[in-house]
Amino acid sequence: MEYEVNIGIEIHAELLTKSKVFCSCPVQFGAPPNTLTCPVCLGLPGALPVLNKKAVEYAILTALALNCKINRNAIFHRKNYFYPDLPKNYQISQYDTPIGIQGYLEIETSNGRKRIRIRRVHLEEDTGKLIHSGGRITGSDMSFVDFNRSGVPLLEIVSEPDISSPEEAKEYLINVRDILIFLGVCDGKMEEGSMRCEANVSIRKKGSDKLGTKTELKNINSFRAVERALQYEIERQVELVSRGKEVIQETRHWDEKNEKTVSMRSKEEAHDYRYFPEPDLVPLEIDDAWIENLRSQIPELPEEKYERYKNLGLTPYEAKLLAHDLELSIFFDRAIKLYNNPRNIANWLLVDVTKELKDRNKAITQTLLTPEIMAELLLLIDEGKISGRIAKDILPELIDKGVSPKKIIEEKNLIQITDTSALLSIIDQVLKENAGVVEEYKRGKEKSFMYLVGQVMKLTKGKANPKLVNELLKKALG
Amino acid sequence: MELADLTAHELLELISKKELSPQEVVKSCIDRLERYESKIKAYLFIRNPEEVINSVKEDAPYSAIPIAIKDNILVKGLPNTCASKILANFIAPYNATVIERLNKRSFNIMGKTNLDEFAMGSSTENSAFGPTRNPWDIERVPGGSSGGSAASVAIGSAIWALGSDTGGSIRQPASFCGVVGLKPTYGTVSRYGLVAFASSLDQIGPITKDVTDCALLYSFINGYDPNDSTSLNIKPYIYSPLKGDIKGIKIGLIRELLGEGVDPLVKRCMEDVVKTFEDLGAVVEEVSLPHISYSVPTYYILAPAEASSNLARFDGVRYGFRASGKTAEEMMSNTRGEGFGPEVKRRIMLGTYVLSAGYYEAFYLKALKFRNLIASDFRKVFERFDVLISPTSPILPFKLGEKVENPLEMYLADICTIPINLAGLPAISIPCGFVDNLPVGLQIIGPVFSEAKLFEVAYGFEQATPFHKKRPQLGGITNGV
Amino acid sequence: MLSIEEVIHIERLARLKLTDKEREMYRNQLNDVLNYAAKLDEIDTSNVPPMYHVLPVSNVLREDIPRENFSQREALSNAPLEEGGFFVIPPILGGEE
Repeated sequence: MEYEVNIGIEIHAELLTKSKVFCSCPVQFGAPPNTLTCPVCLGLPGALPVLNKKAVEYAILTALALNCKINRNAIFHRKNYFYPDLPKNYQISQYDTPIGIQGYLEIETSNGRKRIRIRRVHLEEDTGKLIHSGGRITGSDMSFVDFNRSGVPLLEIVSEPDISSPEEAKEYLINVRDILIFLGVCDGKMEEGSMRCEANVSIRKKGSDKLGTKTELKNINSFRAVERALQYEIERQVELVSRGKEVIQETRHWDEKNEKTVSMRSKEEAHDYRYFPEPDLVPLEIDDAWIENLRSQIPELPEEKYERYKNLGLTPYEAKLLAHDLELSIFFDRAIKLYNNPRNIANWLLVDVTKELKDRNKAITQTLLTPEIMAELLLLIDEGKISGRIAKDILPELIDKGVSPKKIIEEKNLIQITDTSALLSIIDQVLKENAGVVEEYKRGKEKSFMYLVGQVMKLTKGKANPKLVNELLKKALG
Repeated sequence: MELADLTAHELLELISKKELSPQEVVKSCIDRLERYESKIKAYLFIRNPEEVINSVKEDAPYSAIPIAIKDNILVKGLPNTCASKILANFIAPYNATVIERLNKRSFNIMGKTNLDEFAMGSSTENSAFGPTRNPWDIERVPGGSSGGSAASVAIGSAIWALGSDTGGSIRQPASFCGVVGLKPTYGTVSRYGLVAFASSLDQIGPITKDVTDCALLYSFINGYDPNDSTSLNIKPYIYSPLKGDIKGIKIGLIRELLGEGVDPLVKRCMEDVVKTFEDLGAVVEEVSLPHISYSVPTYYILAPAEASSNLARFDGVRYGFRASGKTAEEMMSNTRGEGFGPEVKRRIMLGTYVLSAGYYEAFYLKALKFRNLIASDFRKVFERFDVLISPTSPILPFKLGEKVENPLEMYLADICTIPINLAGLPAISIPCGFVDNLPVGLQIIGPVFSEAKLFEVAYGFEQATPFHKKRPQLGGITNGV
Repeated sequence: MLSIEEVIHIERLARLKLTDKEREMYRNQLNDVLNYAAKLDEIDTSNVPPMYHVLPVSNVLREDIPRENFSQREALSNAPLEEGGFFVIPPILGGEE
């Protein structure tokens, strides 16, 4: 029996506003517990919410970037449920009029491009944080609550169950994350919890038009976990169904350590959130002028960058790597204005520069390398002033000190030797000192030629123009 | 007549003329407290008398006129119990916006007054700390939920007071205690720092001895507050001396609020009221608001629904009473079960039920539709009338314990005041007569933002009648000098 | 007529621990009020829009300007139990029965 998989993904993204969504407490990570609170986000009696304009604009921006329709009249609802990290025991959220609806996002799959429909994009408030003594939820004898995170703006992005595999799920998540990062609305760090994800999974017999019973997966905190948890859960469901058993609708927890999903058996009754319109807030009216103003602020997103880079002659692989890296792509876009060989720049950025950045565990903006320096370096190679070898050698210095490559090669006397007579005398010396090798070459051992080139390069400390050395050496060897 | 029997504006005038030293008023109110508080129990917290006296400043006239604050309006550093066990040990860590405004004028707070727990009730009997009694007859209730505030003003242990009104909680106790109470237009007084009962209905307002004091105090507390999203950014009401000229104004007498269930003695008072207005040159006509009779069921769906959510935060985690429990959930349920009184639990249960899956449309949504019908009834009528009138309460102050057993009967007595909150309108209650030495209140209702007009109409009536001069005679307080 | 099971369900949703006596009392009183509320069925309101707000106001927004507020001490000033800057509560899940 063959099965089809349906996965829907719910993303919670913490917005990068300076203050919380319904009060002016600072949004900050890593502060001592309960030092970023006020009557509003502590849920004190008498406190009232006032909506942060920036959070609304970030929500609209994201909805637009995800091709959503914007609800002109969006209102907030109270979602009522009790939990000790939810100070008011209701969450201000959106219900039947979310800010964005009916959007979509296209992803690359093994079968080509695929459109994942997005059901809704809405704004809500985050909860506080619970810490369990002993670090585990079960068996601890008390819990600790910190409300610093309470009231941080959260964007909820819900997809339709259009995703058919763990790989697609990961691709979808990466795409959404990159859009959030490019928009500047979220830092997209899953491991740090600023982007969180839940998935609902169901399987059905191939060709069936009815969705199977779904389970909801929680606690998937990394891109790797997303793939693994989904893979596990799909296999579990297939195994159940093929044995003639039924999938139970339930919430399952991804156990990272043991690499499996476990049922969150709880005495909790079926959810009844008793949504009703939040009387402490007035409706949001989002008019065309506001929408268009925000639309004009949307920067070029990875998808468009990707297409443009391919048109510049980059391979799809190079184009994708660059297009999804906000900082590298900005660097690239500036560099190609100074130096007109995009592939060359891309190659340098994706190979040599990337390696250096990895060694330093830094983003390109955290170094002193500028597009101007990069362009100057590549021009020096093109003009034959330095070899690629030398360029690679001085790259670390450029990254760490931000100096002009011209200056370095002058100071260190690294300018390529292109003077034929100077080179000829060195070649002469090499041939004399390696008479044996010359003999081997003449007997037909091709490799010996490269050895001789190497010797010349060594004597010139790599400064000889390799092309010229080749030519002259060949002539000299007759 | 002692100083504590005078109004704020009379006292302010005496002080400004130097006929009175400012500390004498405070001393007079403290004297009243000492003599009668043990009988009336208007307060849940009284500031140290020394401190109150020392807070009087020569250059700040309002510091000489003690004010009482309902114990659901937060005053930083003072207890705020909402008359509930669940907040018995809660100290307010911030000021309500209205308190910030009063502080700018150095207002001097006498104490925090008793109420029905979380403002849910019409008799102040639902206080976890015991009922307040009516200064006109201590066997009777002072009304509610702002019963403590109304009683303190009537007995003179404060010169004026703040209350809150969700379905009549300022006007009805004002009526029962023979004082003046205003429920302002929704959105004109900030709710920030008022412990929410039903957010879409709650408003803070003044309780005073006469209309002039009411206008004055309202002028200090009204105005835009960026901390309350439902606060209106409009030109605030500014006090100017009242004239009371009501010649030619058109007054509608609400037919439905004089029908079944209205005490005949209250009806008699209303007949006199009509006569007085006509003598003053106003035109009074009967008018019908066809949907007003649906106000009580509408209100008793909407208000508990909002309350069930507003009161969810009292869970023993961050503040207030905490019961024991093996798990967090158990602790929360026990805290709420033990911490809330019967009326509050009743309304939380009711509100939770009407919002729960399968009932939202049948109850909550339908009530919102009726709210629309009721509000539009008023809108239509105000095309023809300047103000509307009705009794504030269909019944006279009743005896303690008389209605405790039957919540529905108690709810039905809110019929005259509830529609005003549903429509977001302003209404004032002023004394309009006495039956067997028990005060009767007249409710005057205006269109939104018509507070200035309400004050004029109320002042016109007040100046033509003697009722606002009458003070309760308790334990030998004499009426008149 | 509201059943005891429904009363218990609501009690759980509202996190209110009630006694058997209270359950019975609220069952009766809630029934009285709900029966009375059935008065609202007298009129057909299918074409009446619900009134969410009495005020014709929209877009009340604040600028994204952060402001320090409570100190940790103030935040915890009413805490029933605190330790190390945290509010302390009983464990989320109890031991298995």
